Amino acid sequence: MLYDVILIGGGVVGCATARELARYSLSVALLEKTEDICNGQSKANTAIVHGGYDAAPGSNKAKFNVRGNAMFERIAEELSVPFSRNGSLVVSFEESGIPALLALKQRGEANGVKGLSILGREALLAREPNLNPAAQAALDVPSGGIVCPYELTIAYAENAAQNGVTFFRDAPVTAVSRNADGTFLVSSPAGEFASRAVVNCAGVHSAELNNMVSEEKHSITARRGEYYIVDKAYRDAFHSTIFQLPTAMGKGVLIAPTVDGTILIGPTADDIPDKDDTRTTAEGLARVLSRAKLSWPGLPARAFITTYAGVRAHAETDDFILGEPADAPLFFNALGVESPGLSAAPALGEFLAQSVAERLGTAPNPAFDPIRPGIPKFRDMTDAERAEIIARDPEYAKIVCRCELVTEAEIRASIRRPVGARTVDGIKRRTRAGMGRCQAGFCLPRTLELLAEELAASPLSITKCGGESRYLESNLFSGKAGE
Amino acid sequence: MNMKTKRVDLLIIGGGPAGLAAACAAREAGVTNLLILEREDALGGILRQCIHNGFGLHTFQEELTGPEYAARYIARVQELGIPYECGAMVISLSPERRAVYVSRTEGIVAVEAGAVILAMGCRERPRGALGTPGWRCAGIFTAGTAQKLVNLEGRMPGKRVVILGSGDIGLIMARRMTFSGAKVLACVEIMPYSSGLKRNIVQCLDDYGIPLLFNHTVVDIHGRERLTGVTIAEVDGKKRPIPGTEQEIACDTLLLSVGLIPENELSAMAGVALSPATGGPVVDETLATNVPGIFSCGNVLHVHDLVDFVSAEAARAGEMAARFLSGEKTAGERIPLIAGNGVSALVPEVLSKRPEADVTFMFRPRAVYRNARIAVFRGGKQLAVKRARILAPGEMAEITVKQDAFCESEGELTVSVEEVGA
Repeated sequence: MLYDVILIGGGVVGCATARELARYSLSVALLEKTEDICNGQSKANTAIVHGGYDAAPGSNKAKFNVRGNAMFERIAEELSVPFSRNGSLVVSFEESGIPALLALKQRGEANGVKGLSILGREALLAREPNLNPAAQAALDVPSGGIVCPYELTIAYAENAAQNGVTFFRDAPVTAVSRNADGTFLVSSPAGEFASRAVVNCAGVHSAELNNMVSEEKHSITARRGEYYIVDKAYRDAFHSTIFQLPTAMGKGVLIAPTVDGTILIGPTADDIPDKDDTRTTAEGLARVLSRAKLSWPGLPARAFITTYAGVRAHAETDDFILGEPADAPLFFNALGVESPGLSAAPALGEFLAQSVAERLGTAPNPAFDPIRPGIPKFRDMTDAERAEIIARDPEYAKIVCRCELVTEAEIRASIRRPVGARTVDGIKRRTRAGMGRCQAGFCLPRTLELLAEELAASPLSITKCGGESRYLESNLFSGKAGE
Repeated sequence: MNMKTKRVDLLIIGGGPAGLAAACAAREAGVTNLLILEREDALGGILRQCIHNGFGLHTFQEELTGPEYAARYIARVQELGIPYECGAMVISLSPERRAVYVSRTEGIVAVEAGAVILAMGCRERPRGALGTPGWRCAGIFTAGTAQKLVNLEGRMPGKRVVILGSGDIGLIMARRMTFSGAKVLACVEIMPYSSGLKRNIVQCLDDYGIPLLFNHTVVDIHGRERLTGVTIAEVDGKKRPIPGTEQEIACDTLLLSVGLIPENELSAMAGVALSPATGGPVVDETLATNVPGIFSCGNVLHVHDLVDFVSAEAARAGEMAARFLSGEKTAGERIPLIAGNGVSALVPEVLSKRPEADVTFMFRPRAVYRNARIAVFRGGKQLAVKRARILAPGEMAEITVKQDAFCESEGELTVSVEEVGA
């Protein structure tokens, strides 16, 4: 079949664009390289909705960050995604940094960021008592926020699928070429796909795709960031997201409360040759800790529940490269979407979808439903709500993940939904099962069983994240039930 | 919707060895309206998956497997007609001793309790808490998770195994994985000593020729999808890897036995003061926490070496809760104790001004001590002293102070250890 649009890459930009394209009467397919959507930089980042003061005025980063930021209340509401405008503080620990804070404020104002002000030491420490008392001043960014990046991406995908977008996972694109009639041929081990337009949102691999169809060559550097996650027990340690004012010593790391109550600490920024190398390193993690202590001297040594690394797509222009190359009509790029990519995603999705729709000349989709109901979360309910939902669905009374209070009902729903979970990591990102302080020590065996049951597969075949990432090697007894 | 509400005299949270023993003792002490809540599908707690033997030598003077040991208490619970609910997880607890639990059969239920015994046990420290660098691949399990997969579900997680940490569950799993056809390549311990029992090192590693590498740790994890190997290295006195000592071991499974953490999220909700030293509630010699009517015992209080000791402690908690319910005044003014030289994870950590019985203090030695003297001092006066040929962090130590001794002394109480020479 000939699709109107093929999107390459199931990260937040791809999924947001898919959802925005569903507003039009277009046939749309999204191809994702790995076994699940939201598996690259969209799952491993700072989870911050930036204010937009940082990027150079006039840049795509500035424009789409500020526009995207303003869209978050609506998007979060329509897609049932947790979002909080907790505010950001850019802190200077030296008096000599105050002019730089003022410059950031001016830049933010030039970018159209509202409500910026400079907080003095006393006000700052009153607001964030755990902040290093050496702090001198901060840029207060009330529009800064936090969002769950995987829930956002998955919600976009579910809403897109609800509205008719087809998702193909385990579909790495190996070639993009043009047929004689000008349509695109997109090749993948999952099949050959034909389309009138292509949107390239392939993250760290997006330049490779661009270079298949255009002589306007680009290159993307993979920049790795390493992070720690702090246990929820410290959820009240900080309220706003704490940035360190960049100095000659480096960009600094941030202390970022999350919508789930944990705190992220990181990232580092190291260019790496292998674009999919999401290893953590002893040296990188040590750097995160030593820098984080500048903001949070009381950072408890035993507070961590996990570490991770994410790789961001840095373009040589230091900006998002958007739209059609001159020599590749109907091939739409979203290259170099690194930070503030998550913040910009709603605006990028809107822009890319509008650009495609305009060029293809299409009508609105009258059946488009912007509402994606979330999976009701047991952990967020009052006891009365819990009693009520259990009365309707007894599987809400079966708690699988003790740490995050995730029930069997939620896990089954995450598998059954459109673009549903097929792996343990997929369940984790859709429900938080296994993301708590025991890191799946207690719930893994049950999660494996539930996946096997729902997918009608042997538990031996269930993976963490596709490929060879199976958990179980063999059965100890022959004739085990369910095999 | 109105929530179902129950009233009980004594609520026991957790149906593992601590909860079971506490319930039996409370019932025997005359508490009739009590309830055990267990989140798993069956009573017994972690013992259900501990199918090796070595349990019960102190309690029953015979050697039992974990399930056998649990079965004795479960039978007693049933004999005494003690009510219990399985598949029932307590999700909140207030200082007024109102608990809410979610149950597979009853939905959401509130329980107003005259007294509460916290017996929730502990969880294992995961890889993330260690910050071990490398890939986040499949094939890395805590030893207890692997134990559950192998012993309860008959699933083998892998065939070539490295064990990080030498806690007892890791040692036990080294033997179990060997029995089940895997090759255990090494057990790697960052400290110069094991946190496990000597007998487990002998019976689970030495007997099978599994090397135990002290002062070593895992410094890198390989494998994008499934684990393909680990890099281990020797560490210096500050636990920093020594460059040049790295060696890679090809393996498909890494089991972690790197510490147990008492599960005190509910305790914290109820306002129970927690001890940084044990990770459990701060209790006095009656196992009472700072919140009136809330008691604690077993691994949620402090991590024990032997289930026999858990049972004994829990039985005391049951008796003390019964006394509290009968209106006997328990918690009066309490004085803090000082964990002196060589002493960590001291329990109890506070003491009534006038204890009503002899008090046994339990603690973990901070290091290995030979020809050691354990002593309790109060205001310069020695209340008790005891010699030990060897003390090690892997084995809990204890010393008992006679009740009379407390009456005759004033001032700060300190428990300490020192080497005295042969």
